[in-house]
Amino acid sequence: MDYYFTKEHEWLRLDGQSGLVGITAYAVEQLGDITFVELPRPGREAKQSEVLCAVESVKAASDIYAPVSGRVLAVNEQVESGPEIVNQSPEEEGWLVRIELADPGELRSLMNREQYRDYLEGLS
Amino acid sequence: MELIFEKSAPGRHGTVLPKSDVSPAAELPAALLRAEPAGLPELSELEVVRHFSNLSRRNFAVDTNFYPLGSCTMKYNAKAAEEAVRLFAGVHPLLPYLPAGESFVQGSLGVIHQLSQLLAEITGMAAFSCQPLAGAQGEMAGIMMIAAWHRSQGQQRRFVVVPDSSHGTNPATAALVGYEVLTVPTSSAGDMDLDVFRQTMNNEVAAVMMTCPNTLGLFNSQVAEICAIAHGHGALVYCDGANLNAILGKVRPGEIGFDVMHVNLHKTFGTPHGGGGPGSGPVGVSEKLLPFLPSPRIAQRSDGSYYLAEPAAESIGRLANFYGNFGILVRALAYITMLGRDGLVEVSEQAVLNANYVMSRLKGWYDLPFDTGCMHECVFSAARQLKQGVHALDIAKYLIDRGFHPPTVYFPLIVKEAIMIEPTETESKETLDAFIAVMIEAAQLAETNPEALFQAPRTMPVSRLDETKAAREINVCCSWVIAGEERGLRI
Repeated sequence: MDYYFTKEHEWLRLDGQSGLVGITAYAVEQLGDITFVELPRPGREAKQSEVLCAVESVKAASDIYAPVSGRVLAVNEQVESGPEIVNQSPEEEGWLVRIELADPGELRSLMNREQYRDYLEGLS
Repeated sequence: MELIFEKSAPGRHGTVLPKSDVSPAAELPAALLRAEPAGLPELSELEVVRHFSNLSRRNFAVDTNFYPLGSCTMKYNAKAAEEAVRLFAGVHPLLPYLPAGESFVQGSLGVIHQLSQLLAEITGMAAFSCQPLAGAQGEMAGIMMIAAWHRSQGQQRRFVVVPDSSHGTNPATAALVGYEVLTVPTSSAGDMDLDVFRQTMNNEVAAVMMTCPNTLGLFNSQVAEICAIAHGHGALVYCDGANLNAILGKVRPGEIGFDVMHVNLHKTFGTPHGGGGPGSGPVGVSEKLLPFLPSPRIAQRSDGSYYLAEPAAESIGRLANFYGNFGILVRALAYITMLGRDGLVEVSEQAVLNANYVMSRLKGWYDLPFDTGCMHECVFSAARQLKQGVHALDIAKYLIDRGFHPPTVYFPLIVKEAIMIEPTETESKETLDAFIAVMIEAAQLAETNPEALFQAPRTMPVSRLDETKAAREINVCCSWVIAGEERGLRI
């Protein structure tokens, strides 16, 4: 399955016209234990790089930005009641939002896994 | 330690009250009467005194321990300022509203007026309102005034610009007042990235919020240019004065080009803080924002007497009951007048010297992401210690065992494993040396025996608390047993 990544450490996993959005293992490691996830309303129109939702951890509250523009189709209600799922499985079970892509052309502005790995190396 | 409720014994009391000669049942509607007693603890006066004295001894306070909490300026609170407050005990806040009542409170009104003027002189702003009850409320008042000013110019703007090193209250304030927040990254020198700032600015930006000096403990040498760029776009510039302690008597933000500024009396001007408060966050403005200041304002007649001025039509209104946290205003005025101009200059010089001393002594042991001379605080990173699995939090907990309140950790957010140390001017070299020795000890333990740090604190009444559980399961419940019966209060 194809993962796309942003510089703000969100991932997008595409399946067809829509994809799941979450935060990367690196982001979770930086944040520490996540204590609260605030998800958007399904149906909301999100714009690329604008705030999509927010997570709070023992260290900080952080905005999560939409990796692509589109309509929010569904949210992962399980992480609302159990935010530890994001820590345990950030890139699988801990997904946050399913988003319907408005413009597949936007994918070109995202990184693939290899590029993201290089980007992380540049950060440390 | 037992809760005060657990120490309760039926029928015990500290005071004998006279028998009531009023029947509550006759005076109050039945719906307002208690069906059962309130469940208050029953103790003698001595038991109450011992309970709270012993509780207080388990706490860290500036009066007992070095408290280098970065960005909080935990300086010594002079006891003479506490004496000053006693002079005003018994003054009723409604007095100036009564016919001729003003004459009874000239001293109190004078305190507020004089403090406002002194703050204006110290910061270079045109005038201050001492109403805001905390720094964050001062910020909100400031951004509300900026919004009101734009409206008076026939404009409704959308954005507030903040650097990514800002205090969390800055973007929170902007959002609360209804603005969208645009964040500008920090350059490798530790300043707001000027190129990105230029690109971010547009004519929809209402305000730029800057902390001066910033939360990395650095004075932004381009701050005048930032103000000029913002003004060029018709935006106003807000100064978060949390770090004023570094520049007292050296720099006046009003002269740099800041339009609005709040100061924290409980930081810079030595009033109680951190559980001992309340706080106070007076807000000052430049000439053009004068009409928007909160009301009521205290003014002075030509004969020298003080009165409550009629609010200006453009005022953003009342922010607090009466005049703000008046007792705190008295303490701050006492502090400023005790030190005088030369004393305040010495405050900032000594605060900066102390921080630079700590920085230079520790920089061989901890990473220093922005390695330039600092102002009143220095920000290290425990990135080196993290390689051994030791986090900034472990070092903070170890310091508690060794008798020091931890520095601020994990702030500013842009520094990985941040450790932010603000010693303040009121600490001696001996205290700083003792703290430095323990910080070095922690760095050595990270290399040789990290386990010792993971287990800290070991000498305190409670060991390491589970912060995650506390944040994830916010079920605060206070329960106790009286005479075999469990009682409780769920919040």
